[in-house]
Amino acid sequence: MSLVNYESAIILTPVLSEAQMQEAVKSYRQLVAEHGGNMVNETNWGLTKLAYPIKKKSTGFYHFFEFQANPEFIAHIETLYRRDERILRFLNTKLDKHAVIFNERKKKGEIAPAAKIVKEDAKV
Amino acid sequence: MSKSAAQDNFNFNSQQATQIIRKKYCRFKKHGIKYVDYKDANFLLKFMNEQGKILPGRITGTSDKYQRKVATAVKRARFMAILPYVADGLK
Repeated sequence: MSLVNYESAIILTPVLSEAQMQEAVKSYRQLVAEHGGNMVNETNWGLTKLAYPIKKKSTGFYHFFEFQANPEFIAHIETLYRRDERILRFLNTKLDKHAVIFNERKKKGEIAPAAKIVKEDAKV
Repeated sequence: MSKSAAQDNFNFNSQQATQIIRKKYCRFKKHGIKYVDYKDANFLLKFMNEQGKILPGRITGTSDKYQRKVATAVKRARFMAILPYVADGLK
C-alpha cells in the first residue's frame, strides 16, 4: 500500500490551556505514527481569532499536520476528530504534487509563511 | 486658467485613453504558481471583493484552470474560519 500525502488542519477550542493543547496535538501525532504514517511537517498558529464564531467561540488554536499515510487512515482519524470535543473544526485535504513542492519550499523559507489576517474592524 | 488646453480637451473615448488600459493576465501562469494555498488569507483576498465574494475570472484575469483552484481554496478557507462567509468592508 503506497502512502499518500495529506494535510490535516484542526481548530482546537480556546478553553484548553497551552499544555492541554500540546497534549491533544501530541495524541494525534502519535496516532499517525502508530498507523504507519510519516509526519512531514507541522505548523501551529497558536490562539487565533476566527473569521466567524464556531460553537460560540471566537478564537481557537490552529494546528496543521502534513503527513503521509494510507488512505484508510483518513476515515479512521476523521471519526476520532468528530468524537473529540476539544476540536471545533477539522479539514483533511489530499496534497497534489504541486502542493508537496510548495510545502517543501515553504519549509526551507523560500516562500513566506501564510499569516492569518486579523482585522479588528472586519465584521464577524 | 492654469489648466492646459490639452488637459481640458481630454477625450476618454479617444485611442490615447484606451491605450493606457493594460491587458489582463493570469498571475498564476505569469509567475509560475502551481498551488493555491487556502491558509494564505492575504493572497486569497486579491480574488475577492469587499463583501467577501469570489471575483469572476473575467475581472481578475485568472485562467479557468486556476480560477477553479482559487474557488476551492477560498471555500476551504471559509470553512476553516480563515476567511468569512459574509463580510462588510473586508478590504
